[in-house]
Amino acid sequence: MATLAIRDLSVGYGPVRALRDVSVDVPAGAITAVLGGNGAGKTTLLRAVSRTLGFHHGTGTGTIRFDGRRLDGLRPAQVVAAGVIQVPEGRQVFARMTVADNLRAGALGARGGRRTTAAALDRVHALFPVLAQRAHQRAGLLSGGEQQMLAMGRALMAGPRLLLLDEPSLGLAPLMAARIAETVQEINADGTSVMLVEQNAAIALRLATTAYVLDVGEVALSGPAGELAASDEVRRRYLGVVDETAAADATRAVDGPSRPLSRWSA
Amino acid sequence: MTTFIELLLGGLAIGSVYALIALGFVVIFKATEVVNFAHASLLLAGGYVTAVLHDDIGFWPALGVGVAGAAVVGAAVEFLVMRRYRGSDHSVLAIVTIGVDILITTELTRRMGTEVLSLGDPWGDGVVTVGGITLAQTRIAAFVVAGLLITLFLLAFRYTSWGVSMRAAAENPQTAALMGIRLGRVSLSAWAVAGALAAVAALFLTVFPTPGLERATSFAALKAFPAAILGGLDSTTGALVGGLVVGVTESLATGYQGDLSFLGRGIGDLAPYLVMLVVLLVRPAGLFGTKELARV
Repeated sequence: MATLAIRDLSVGYGPVRALRDVSVDVPAGAITAVLGGNGAGKTTLLRAVSRTLGFHHGTGTGTIRFDGRRLDGLRPAQVVAAGVIQVPEGRQVFARMTVADNLRAGALGARGGRRTTAAALDRVHALFPVLAQRAHQRAGLLSGGEQQMLAMGRALMAGPRLLLLDEPSLGLAPLMAARIAETVQEINADGTSVMLVEQNAAIALRLATTAYVLDVGEVALSGPAGELAASDEVRRRYLGVVDETAAADATRAVDGPSRPLSRWSA
Repeated sequence: MTTFIELLLGGLAIGSVYALIALGFVVIFKATEVVNFAHASLLLAGGYVTAVLHDDIGFWPALGVGVAGAAVVGAAVEFLVMRRYRGSDHSVLAIVTIGVDILITTELTRRMGTEVLSLGDPWGDGVVTVGGITLAQTRIAAFVVAGLLITLFLLAFRYTSWGVSMRAAAENPQTAALMGIRLGRVSLSAWAVAGALAAVAALFLTVFPTPGLERATSFAALKAFPAAILGGLDSTTGALVGGLVVGVTESLATGYQGDLSFLGRGIGDLAPYLVMLVVLLVRPAGLFGTKELARV
């Protein structure tokens, strides 16, 4: 049974189409990855779910259901109350606030009372001990990896049933990216479904059970993550694995109809 | 020396009132990034309600109603006007507030006419003399009340959920929305709080030695603009310091006007703006303001 069901979603920013008839299922209790390059529409997809398209003057058609309940038409705060929390791309911690206040802010949209919030805080501190150590530091002073932990911890404060992660490994050292990946697995093991948007296909395909590949606003490929990881198309385009024929293709393309360099006239 | 201390203390007292107004101004700016030119009219509205009611229901209840009334007017402006323009350019919104200000002020001055209304405060023209230094009771009350309210506000801003959501929304509205913070409520509460603070300020701007509430009161309220701007529009600390600086400058410049006669009369009214200009020349973002950073 699908927890999050996105059907025929099309989104535009003014005249620019960002997504066209995208359908994605995020099953309960699993990690689902959405891959794609820059401008493929990955972030737009998450914005449509969290209902924050309006901040970018985007409009969409299609339906988004979470456990059968329509999310399209709701306000962002209602989506949060329904248990769908997005961790924004680039972490976006509240840099001028302390770590503790950032976590408090994360709990503001939750429905639970004081005790639920305290329990959530304990869990966040257990997952990310560094956040407890630095509770009274300004979030802006944390390292990139710590900020990513804070952004995820902040989202966990709201007690999500579905966590939307937008490029959590972006700009992190490989070791830190691996740490974050482990944590995503841990969070998922505790029963939170995860929708993971990534450019780093290697990490994403290793974590996810199913995956979707977006290409210029459309679902180009989808299927079990293992199968996708083995497919030539994905290996060549997203995993950087070049086999003989592909390499030959690439060389031919370069050698092919070459043009002399000239001034750009745009 | 006595004169100097008296002027300094009087300046600090009136400065704390300016700080109250500037604080509301800054709160609105932080929460919504809108420069609220209608602030003086909120103040006038609060003062007017108090002035009209104090004869019938007594001073303190009237003040309470005045404060609540100004909060309601502030919230109504947000709800009925500003909300319709959400997503518009912030400079458009600032200009909208000018329109709102003209509407409210015109209506209130029409009602007041040329009268000077008393707010019925209990201090009258009483003075307190300690060690040769004489201060009006109203000034002491202003300092104490403004100090209390500002402390209360800053504590709330720092420790309550309201404060956390306010600061989060101010720093990054979109991310705040992702946390389930309702930006509409944040901006509504900002306007209401600003209105309430302005109504308290209205009381202290119109008591002794000022004759009372009149149309010119809104000009006095405008001095909170240089206070907020020289402190840095987005800084609550800046509002406090700015308010005090403006109050003391004005008080000293007025007090020593005789020695400054080569500058002509009325330097006291002008001095706050001069200080603002000097501060802005040195620190364009104000004393405590966040520097504007833009990626090119």
